[in-house]
Amino acid sequence: MALLEIRNIVKRFGDFTAVDNVSLSIGAGEFFTLLGPSGCGKTTLLRMLAGFEMPDGGEILLDGKNVANVPPEKRPVHTVFQSYALFPHMSVADNIAFPLKMAKKDPAQIKTQVAELLEDVRLSQFGNRLPHELSGGQRQRVAIARALANRPRLLLLDEPLSALDAKLREQMQIELINLQKEVGITFVYVTHDQGEALALSHRIAVMNKGKVEQLDIPEKIYGFPKNRFVADFIGQCNLLEAKVVETGSERMKIEIDGVGIAETLPAAGVQAGTRGTLALRPEKIKISASLPADVADEVHFRGKVHDCLYLGDVTIYIVELENGLLVEAMLPNSASGQAKFFDDNDAVEIAWRFDAGHFLAE
Amino acid sequence: MNNKKLSPWLWTSALAVYAFLYIPLIIVIVYSFNDSRLNAEWVGFTLKWYQVLFNDGPMLHAAGNSLLIALVTSAAATLFGTMAGYAMYKFKLRLLPLLVLTPLALPEILMGVSLLIFFVMLNMTLGMVSITLAHISFCIGFVAIVVRSRLAGMDESLVEAARDLGATQWQAFRLITLPLIMPGVIAGALMAFTLSIDDFVITFFTAGAGASTLPLQIYSMIKIAVTPEVNAISSLLMALTLALIMAASKLAPGVFKAN
Repeated sequence: MALLEIRNIVKRFGDFTAVDNVSLSIGAGEFFTLLGPSGCGKTTLLRMLAGFEMPDGGEILLDGKNVANVPPEKRPVHTVFQSYALFPHMSVADNIAFPLKMAKKDPAQIKTQVAELLEDVRLSQFGNRLPHELSGGQRQRVAIARALANRPRLLLLDEPLSALDAKLREQMQIELINLQKEVGITFVYVTHDQGEALALSHRIAVMNKGKVEQLDIPEKIYGFPKNRFVADFIGQCNLLEAKVVETGSERMKIEIDGVGIAETLPAAGVQAGTRGTLALRPEKIKISASLPADVADEVHFRGKVHDCLYLGDVTIYIVELENGLLVEAMLPNSASGQAKFFDDNDAVEIAWRFDAGHFLAE
Repeated sequence: MNNKKLSPWLWTSALAVYAFLYIPLIIVIVYSFNDSRLNAEWVGFTLKWYQVLFNDGPMLHAAGNSLLIALVTSAAATLFGTMAGYAMYKFKLRLLPLLVLTPLALPEILMGVSLLIFFVMLNMTLGMVSITLAHISFCIGFVAIVVRSRLAGMDESLVEAARDLGATQWQAFRLITLPLIMPGVIAGALMAFTLSIDDFVITFFTAGAGASTLPLQIYSMIKIAVTPEVNAISSLLMALTLALIMAASKLAPGVFKAN
């Protein structure tokens, strides 16, 4: 049985439906991420799991019991807040001891447990400090230690890394993954950062306008986005308007508007004439000065370099096809010292394997 | 400190304003030690006016009344004002702020007259109780404002975090909210105390014949002449207020900044 089962949850604020009939289940020990743009309902859903908002409909089953209307202090669920919400008038040790005191544990036991938790997050020296005397990363670790102190069934994390700078964020991501493995507690993580979601999660639910657009493992979310929204939201993606010319069992033919015929993987439920979008990741597109015209399984078109974005590890080339359509291609800069292979206005050939992209029917 | 040079104009006008504010106070203090019946010229140093003061039975009695009223007022107004401030912050009400804050804007004389009529309608004997009730009623609003502004500056997720970690609503208030708004509560209590101890107009209407407070007593004395004894009691009142403000700033640093 799933640890957490959300059934047909609805939450409205006045006329606005923040969470619209969402159902999903999360297994014990899972690192589950709710990903979406701001206002997509992910935070509202998290707040309902914590107990800060009561749903207008539906059930939240935790270990099989409906907790939808149980107040937050009665749920075995703890939260790491975006602002960390450390109590500013209490020392680090008192912050971590707070949930243990609320659970009326024995004072001696609280003392040893706090010492252990401080050691776990490498803050043993800082027990007597006040939160404002710590750095951002240290506060983050205190917040996590405090939320884990009572060994919750479920740990909710609301954009916990958004206040940190890029370098520290990456380091904290690794710490989070290790921590989750170590404690084995189920994490429900909310973020709008797709890179973070892909890096951390076992499974991701991509949300938009109060609904779950796609729920899958990161590789599937990135590699096989179910619709235009997911393809566009996760990573960079070329979205080329096209229509189906000829269906088939192994591959099908589509016509990319104003560019030409291309082969691609068959899509379910389409027929000749169905309009849609070809979703194509920039790193799947090859780019060269000239290609032999008859490489098996490849689609290719001529164009010229419109812009180059040198990013250090990779360069992004924006290629203008003959009809003016712009396509992004990404090449790793594997040879050191060489910034890029092509310059603006170079004539190039772009190519991709027929199974590199896939067709999303409208 | 910044190194910018202040213009002479700014200096002059600042000095003029401070002089206007503080010279009268300094004169009162200086003349309370003057060995003369008249506030006209400096004759010599003496403590005799303070001696006179501490042998003035009615004055001591009025001072005792004032202190008692101020203490009760500040306790009650702080309790109710904190509750009102918390409710205004928590529930985004429309009517409550209006009801609590209007007395602050009303002319004191109007408050005094209406409270007098009200007490008479209730057939209450005017005296200590009616004065105290009147003082509480106009102090609640001041406390409420200070407490609300303190709450508005608080991170709302702190209370949620406390609930999340197992605290009941009451525990979250007692362990998190209350300690964090304490500077505001103390500032409110102090404000209520000082407002009560020096109130004249409302006290004048609600005192009746039964009880006298320090301001009423001082007023009745200066009807004849401003005696050095009045200077002495005024100086003591100033010292008390100053001590209270210093104590509060020690107890709750930041009270006189953020709010």
